[in-house]
Amino acid sequence: MRAKSYQSKLDVRNGFVELRHGSGGRAMSQLVYSLFHEAFGNDWLARGNDQSAFGVQTGRMVMTTDSYVVSPRFFPGGNIGFLAVNGTINDVVAMAGARPLYLSASFIIEEGYRLSDLKTIAGSMGEAARTAGVNIITGDTKVVERGKADGLFISTTGIGVLPDGLDLSVDNARIGDRVLVSGSLGDDGITIMSKRQNLPFQSGLVSDTAPLHDLVAVMVTAGGSGIRVMRDPTRGGLAATLNEIANQSGLGFRLREEIIPVKPTVAAACELLGLDPLHVANEGKLVAIVAPETADAVLAAMKAHALGCDAADIGCAVEDDHQFVQMLTRFGGERIVEWLSGDQLPRIC
Amino acid sequence: MRYADEFREGVIAQGLARAIAAEASSERRYRFMEFCGGHTHVISRHGLEDMLPTTVRMIHGPGCPVCVLPTSRIDMAISLVDRPDVILCVYGDLMRAPGSQGRSLSRAKAMGADIRMVYSTLDAIQIAERAPDREVVFFAIGFETTTPPTAVMIRHAEKKQLRNFSVFCNHVLTPSAMQSILGSPDVDNVGSVEIDGLVGPGHVSIIIGTKAYEFVDGFGKPVVITGFEPLDMMQAILMLVRQVNEGRSEVENQYSRAVTREGNLRAQQEISDMFEVRDLFEWRGLGFIPHSGLKLKQGYAQFDAEMRFALHEQRVAHNPACECGAILRGVKRPADCKLFGCVCTPETPIGSCMVSSEGACSAHWSYGRFRDHSRRQAP
Ligand code: SF4
Repeated sequence: MRAKSYQSKLDVRNGFVELRHGSGGRAMSQLVYSLFHEAFGNDWLARGNDQSAFGVQTGRMVMTTDSYVVSPRFFPGGNIGFLAVNGTINDVVAMAGARPLYLSASFIIEEGYRLSDLKTIAGSMGEAARTAGVNIITGDTKVVERGKADGLFISTTGIGVLPDGLDLSVDNARIGDRVLVSGSLGDDGITIMSKRQNLPFQSGLVSDTAPLHDLVAVMVTAGGSGIRVMRDPTRGGLAATLNEIANQSGLGFRLREEIIPVKPTVAAACELLGLDPLHVANEGKLVAIVAPETADAVLAAMKAHALGCDAADIGCAVEDDHQFVQMLTRFGGERIVEWLSGDQLPRIC
Repeated sequence: MRYADEFREGVIAQGLARAIAAEASSERRYRFMEFCGGHTHVISRHGLEDMLPTTVRMIHGPGCPVCVLPTSRIDMAISLVDRPDVILCVYGDLMRAPGSQGRSLSRAKAMGADIRMVYSTLDAIQIAERAPDREVVFFAIGFETTTPPTAVMIRHAEKKQLRNFSVFCNHVLTPSAMQSILGSPDVDNVGSVEIDGLVGPGHVSIIIGTKAYEFVDGFGKPVVITGFEPLDMMQAILMLVRQVNEGRSEVENQYSRAVTREGNLRAQQEISDMFEVRDLFEWRGLGFIPHSGLKLKQGYAQFDAEMRFALHEQRVAHNPACECGAILRGVKRPADCKLFGCVCTPETPIGSCMVSSEGACSAHWSYGRFRDHSRRQAP
């Protein structure tokens, strides 16, 4: 990075974001260079353009975008910065099976936000991007007046490239396909809700934000085109994800409650808060709809991976004109697993 | 911890299901009403209906406080937040409860009203302390379970000499509503279905004791009070089947680990010190029921939002197509309502039974509607 000369150093330890940091002047330039470029460190940013150029490969690419408004911004196991990078990478890879390449990051910051927190969050973003082997190559910063935003909002956009022959899409599920989940459900949502409401569930629960591209790669190797759909069940939880797949693919699902992995702490917290663990948000987890003949191989590959050791085959796709997601309860009765209605949940991604 | 031994629970549940099937006679019908919305939720969520023989049918009662709150009371709350000085503190479920003309607190909030969702009564007190120049009103609802916390809150406010704090009281009484359903089942000309027994609420009974239900004896109906685990519910149903078979109509207590005959006397005292019974209170779906609601006594008038802001109830017509009244009496089922699932869903509730997840229509929509077109397939 070229040396920039500023009148005084940015006081990251004690300072706050002010309106001038978003006004396009010297203060903004200083913030961008000494905080974001420093954290994301790569050749594209170092050239100091408002955009970045990169080579285009043959074949198919994928692009996705997501906004992160989580509150609180720091929680056991992560912060909004990890989420903003991992979440978008997971959308690129988990939904499409693509290899993520580049990200953009856009920040809307409320006047008065602590520079030290911003630096920590930017640092986490840089770390998450490096771990996943992607670069954040362009971005934007806006500062809004106090009260016009809640602290910090981050939007990220990701671009990735698809392996040949892979076509994962939410309308691809077929009757007879198996439903695989990569691990226990609801950990992230309950961690954040407990933090927000000061509930005594924190013990041992941490958010599971993690990039999934490596897990996806081993699954694709094991299952190839037998993998039909992959999703990360974030907001709305497993219930929303499966209902969406059912609608788009024109079929229903039958699940077995006793096999669905849910940690006892999460189950107990849900009981207390009146929530259904299948409605609670997840990070770093995925759902895969897999052809029956390859399901066992894919499940074995998942279990052998650190992020999939609790993976389970929880049910299958069935013919159903009403596209119900139905579940055999652990007591032997049946019920629907419905979309979450209303908005009882705080913002968690 | 309830999840400690799920497998064993499943096995016990199957055993209870077999016992119910063996003891329920195929010659007669058993129609049991679970009064409490928490019980409706347990039955639907765990699919317990599938484990009962066809002769045993559960009727989902009116015991969900949000569901039974009439349009007029929601309208009163909305008129309150039209005042710019008012902060209204509510429990989240209330936000979507339908007022008249498509209004709700949720919409009022979106239009700029200051409505805060709280998780405990204490939150409301704190808000009042921090905003001394605003009028803070707590929207109190619920059966006997939530009345003592409201009383405690008012005591706090009294001690702290909070002059900007009041309560919009909508507390209702379980036994009066039960009596109304059993004794005059024909309100609104919907006809009636004979109810053969009642599953009594668990949490409410911790406060009021089993004694409070002994009047039901006079109607010749068995009552079994039970807890909120699926196994509690199965056990209670078995006990009701046995009472019916033996021609008994007693108040039995399956939930003896928490409920006594006398109940919580201190809580009862606190309630009667501070509240008095209203002559009439309207229940959505059931109409006006005598002696079924509470209001603050004269001595606490300063904490009574109805007095403080001169709120008046305006009678409003409910949507005539809504069948809640008939559903709550077991005459109709949710799927019989023309609005079910088209105009009326949990996102856009028209009637009381669709409002919270404990209402009969909402539970059927969210958990059970596959039974309306059932074709079972193995998972
Ligand atoms: S479906 Fe809606 S309108 Fe119909 S009875 Fe139920 S709550 Fe009323």
